[in-house]
Amino acid sequence: MQPLLSVRNLSIQFPSRAGLVRAVEDVSWDVNAGETLAILGESGSGKSVSASAVMNLIETPPAVIPQGQILFEGQDLLQADAEMRRRINGKSISMIFQDPLAALNPVYPIGWQIAETMRVHGVAHDVAQARVIELLARVGIAEPERRMKDYPHQFSGGQRQRIMIASAIALKPKLLIADEPTSALDVTVQARVLDLLKEIQVENGMGMVLITHDLSVVERVADRVVVMQAGRVVESGTSAQVMQHPQHDYSRRLLAAIPGRAGFSDMGAAKGDILAVRGVSKIYAGLARQFARSKTKPVRAVDDVSFTMAKGETLAVVGESGSGKSTLARMILGLDDPTLGTIHFEGKPMQGQSAADAYKMRRRVQFVFQDPTASLNPRMTVQQIIAEPWAIHPDVLPRNQWRSRVAELLEQVGLKPDHANRHPHQFSGGQRQRIAIARALALKPELIVCDEAVSALDVSVQAQVIDLLKDLRRDYGLSYVFVAHDLALVRDFATSVLVMYGGKIVEKGPVRQIYGNPQHDYTKALLRASGVIPQQAA
Amino acid sequence: MPSSIPASVTAELQDAHGRRKGPVILRSLLRDRYATASIIFLLIVLAFAILGPSLLAEQARALNLKGRNAPPFSLDAGWMFILGGDALGRSLLARIIVASQNTILISATAVLLSVLVGGLLGLVAGYRGGWLGDVLLRLADAIMTFPSMLLAMIVLFVFEPGVSNVIFVLAVSRIPIFMRTVRAEVLELKQRMFVVAARATGASTSRVLFFHIAPMVLPTIINLAALEMAFVMLVESGLSFLGIGIQPPEVTWGLMVADGRNYLGSAWWLAFWPGLAIMLTAMSLNLLTNWLRVVTDPVERWRLETEAR
Amino acid sequence: MGSFIFKRSFQSILSLIFLVIVVFFLARMTGSPAMLYLPPEATQEQLDAYNALHGFDDPLMVQFGSFIAGVFQGNFGQSLQYSRPALDMVLEAFPTTLALAAVTMPLVLLISIVTGALAAYRPGGAFDRLASLISLIGASMPNFWVAIVGVLVFAVTLNMLPTSGTGTWQHWVLPVAVLVLRPAGVLVQVMRTSMMTALSSVYVKAAKAKGVKARTIIFVHALRNSLLPVITVASDQAAGIVNGAVIVESVFGFPGIGKLMIDSVLMRDFAVIQAAILVTALAVFLINIIVDISYAFVDPRIRHS
Repeated sequence: MQPLLSVRNLSIQFPSRAGLVRAVEDVSWDVNAGETLAILGESGSGKSVSASAVMNLIETPPAVIPQGQILFEGQDLLQADAEMRRRINGKSISMIFQDPLAALNPVYPIGWQIAETMRVHGVAHDVAQARVIELLARVGIAEPERRMKDYPHQFSGGQRQRIMIASAIALKPKLLIADEPTSALDVTVQARVLDLLKEIQVENGMGMVLITHDLSVVERVADRVVVMQAGRVVESGTSAQVMQHPQHDYSRRLLAAIPGRAGFSDMGAAKGDILAVRGVSKIYAGLARQFARSKTKPVRAVDDVSFTMAKGETLAVVGESGSGKSTLARMILGLDDPTLGTIHFEGKPMQGQSAADAYKMRRRVQFVFQDPTASLNPRMTVQQIIAEPWAIHPDVLPRNQWRSRVAELLEQVGLKPDHANRHPHQFSGGQRQRIAIARALALKPELIVCDEAVSALDVSVQAQVIDLLKDLRRDYGLSYVFVAHDLALVRDFATSVLVMYGGKIVEKGPVRQIYGNPQHDYTKALLRASGVIPQQAA
Repeated sequence: MPSSIPASVTAELQDAHGRRKGPVILRSLLRDRYATASIIFLLIVLAFAILGPSLLAEQARALNLKGRNAPPFSLDAGWMFILGGDALGRSLLARIIVASQNTILISATAVLLSVLVGGLLGLVAGYRGGWLGDVLLRLADAIMTFPSMLLAMIVLFVFEPGVSNVIFVLAVSRIPIFMRTVRAEVLELKQRMFVVAARATGASTSRVLFFHIAPMVLPTIINLAALEMAFVMLVESGLSFLGIGIQPPEVTWGLMVADGRNYLGSAWWLAFWPGLAIMLTAMSLNLLTNWLRVVTDPVERWRLETEAR
Repeated sequence: MGSFIFKRSFQSILSLIFLVIVVFFLARMTGSPAMLYLPPEATQEQLDAYNALHGFDDPLMVQFGSFIAGVFQGNFGQSLQYSRPALDMVLEAFPTTLALAAVTMPLVLLISIVTGALAAYRPGGAFDRLASLISLIGASMPNFWVAIVGVLVFAVTLNMLPTSGTGTWQHWVLPVAVLVLRPAGVLVQVMRTSMMTALSSVYVKAAKAKGVKARTIIFVHALRNSLLPVITVASDQAAGIVNGAVIVESVFGFPGIGKLMIDSVLMRDFAVIQAAILVTALAVFLINIIVDISYAFVDPRIRHS
């Protein structure tokens, strides 16, 4: 049987100032009707490039396609003229993108945008309008007649991706290409959007190409998988084959890097509390709009949160966007003051202390933030970045020892001492996060607050950074507050877990209890969504 | 994309950084022909402005009978008359060079003043915010929405239209631009994680402001200053041209165009050359900004360095 | 949307009040305003009489009160030169300037949007480089100089256009051309940059993936989004056009508000200047409100904020 779409020996190159970048090298894959093919790879693997070529989204020039074919129902798209490809796009093959907010035009109503897909392929205006309502209802947007007149910014992230899907399936295409369709969404929303995609695929019998970095997505929806690394296909096969018996070294490493598969971390003997949070709330007063009749409602970002944390503990604070987990982290770091309640660090209240005491305490609580690119000053060298805490706290280390200590710290986090003279933009994401960790260690803190410290990193890099944090915990007896949105990630790292939803703690307990015997429905939903509990269970 | 660049390039770059920074920037400058030409032109203008009056004051005042209404490009009256002479027989070239001092001095001082005042107010308004920030912003808006020429007119009507008052008016009318730009940048920068990181380590406000925020704002300010310098020069010439800016016997390019206007039919060069000088200087400043924008961005500069190898 | 416009209008009114205060106190800062209103050769008796007549010997706040009351009744005092109400003179000159601006602004927008969009379509291409060079020159030329060089070339040498005055359409060619130059030069660059940003956005990619025609992508999807920064800068340039009008009207002898102002400054006719400045300010603020409304029209996100 002829495959629906077949990419044959495709190479794509981008000339750049630093030389020719071979984005895709001799890549072949195909997908049949009714089948889901996952293209799995990390950032820079070229996983999206061949799919973009299918949609004629690669501009040539600057890009060069020296060899290959893209056969759709036997016809080579690379030989087809622009008009022919335009007729195929949106009608026979359609595509959805990673960030639905960016992919929807901000200045047009969503109904107009969905109808446009149909109108450009010759559907009459009123037919298209009627179909828009039908489609919106199908993808689960309530009140479609009213909402079709709304603009993208009036919807939530998950709703926007549903709208993109509605637009993509409007003409019942034979093939849908989904480029990281869920990675910008919350975990539980991700699961629902993936389910929707799967349902629609079965309904319409269409083929689907799913580009992803996420192994749990592959496990959940793909029939077959193609693993890409550095522009080449390193392995392909059925999803079950690859997931259970990976052949290529890289696939094995990727699978091994799936977080949270090692045993649970257990607490040593408790040595007293390091942190006590008592009845803490953070209320943002409604923004008093000038001359607006009423103030908008005050927002309780964190709502009456209490917990204690023992020395040496690693407390994972898990929740989705809007759960208040980052606000809580900011308050523990003393960047924000709680509206109500107190936070005690080693028995001393953090609020109402003198500026001098607050300054002393900064030394004992350090931090690692989500995006290492943003958290390192781009104009400073690594030496300056790691030494800055000593400049702020001059009594910690005499200036003449700065250089040697920076070298030590760099080695400790797995970098080279001579990296000290470089600037952050010369490092990869994982390396930058190591620099941020070295800075956090500079003051020999007792507690490190990690706010989504690995979420911006590739899977294999995530695992390495978590391993580093584990080593440091062992070597220095550090305590961590580790904020994350994904329960899978912290399973073998945390000693206890606190699940937050809508500013409140919904469940807290030792790690074994949370994963082994979750009590709250939301915890269960999170565990299901991150693939820790199989979908059928619970 | 740093990650898409091979590691060997990255390694090579390392020594390109510290020691060879100077030559690299120079090389990137030389590669941009327009920027090179602008810099050379601006340096010449600057030299004229500094040295011109002390060297050429005599020639600018000397009356040469041969040079009376001498057309440009004729060397009958000597090379000083290459751009022509005026009705009194003074060398136009010498007068343009001498006039460059006032022209450059006025716009540079006005811009410097507005950078200092506007930059500082912007830092305060952006970092502290609060009611003071709001009031400053409203004030800036009020000045900005108002045509600067009218502002200048009323102030120069009330006060004497001398050099210092012209500088004052121009500075006041440009302060809001710097203030608003700096404020907007600071508002954004103070949310950046590396600033939050410094605060979480216990850095003092002045350390955060002057170590982390100010260096990030500086390139923007330098770019804007070059652009504004061009604009301020145009406004000053306009005011002087209208007779409400610099007053004779002081002389600026704008004033020279105004003088030459009376001889438009007989001696076009009197108005033409000073105007051309204004235009070329303004253009060079604009071109320079385009180049500065690239080299002051560390990531962009890194690309240039990569290319330089 | 209503609250957005309301807020912006409120800000503009605040700015206007601020300006009225500045104008008033500036005039009082040099001592007796009689010195400003009367010709320099006036005698002491004349000064005293003038002071008494206009209440300049009253306490400052009383004077301010009656000044404000006057402003609200449209009474800015008498022109010294012509002994006519200052406001009447200003309102007579106003339509000329308004017409000048009304021809210039649409031209500026048309030129810059079309040129900028075309330049962005093939960045680095021949058209782009030519457009960049010309817009750079346009933004760098002193307008009074262009005006007199224009007169020299087209009126004096080629005899194609009149040197000054109003009447026929030929009289408008040079003034409008001079006025268009700088704002168009600035806006072409803004349009080019924002069009390039829009063309490289994900929603343009998504439109291509939907099979939308290239022309529709440029003119429907990208253009409307790239207009937002253009509108912002255009409103700044509206104030710039008033700057330009002062010079252009003075060079070409246009009986507009700019020429009136310059003449009054040179004749030291303070009442007229005051009236002219406040009326112009009001006009500029009205333009800003129109700009804000059009902004909200183009961008739904502002409508709902």
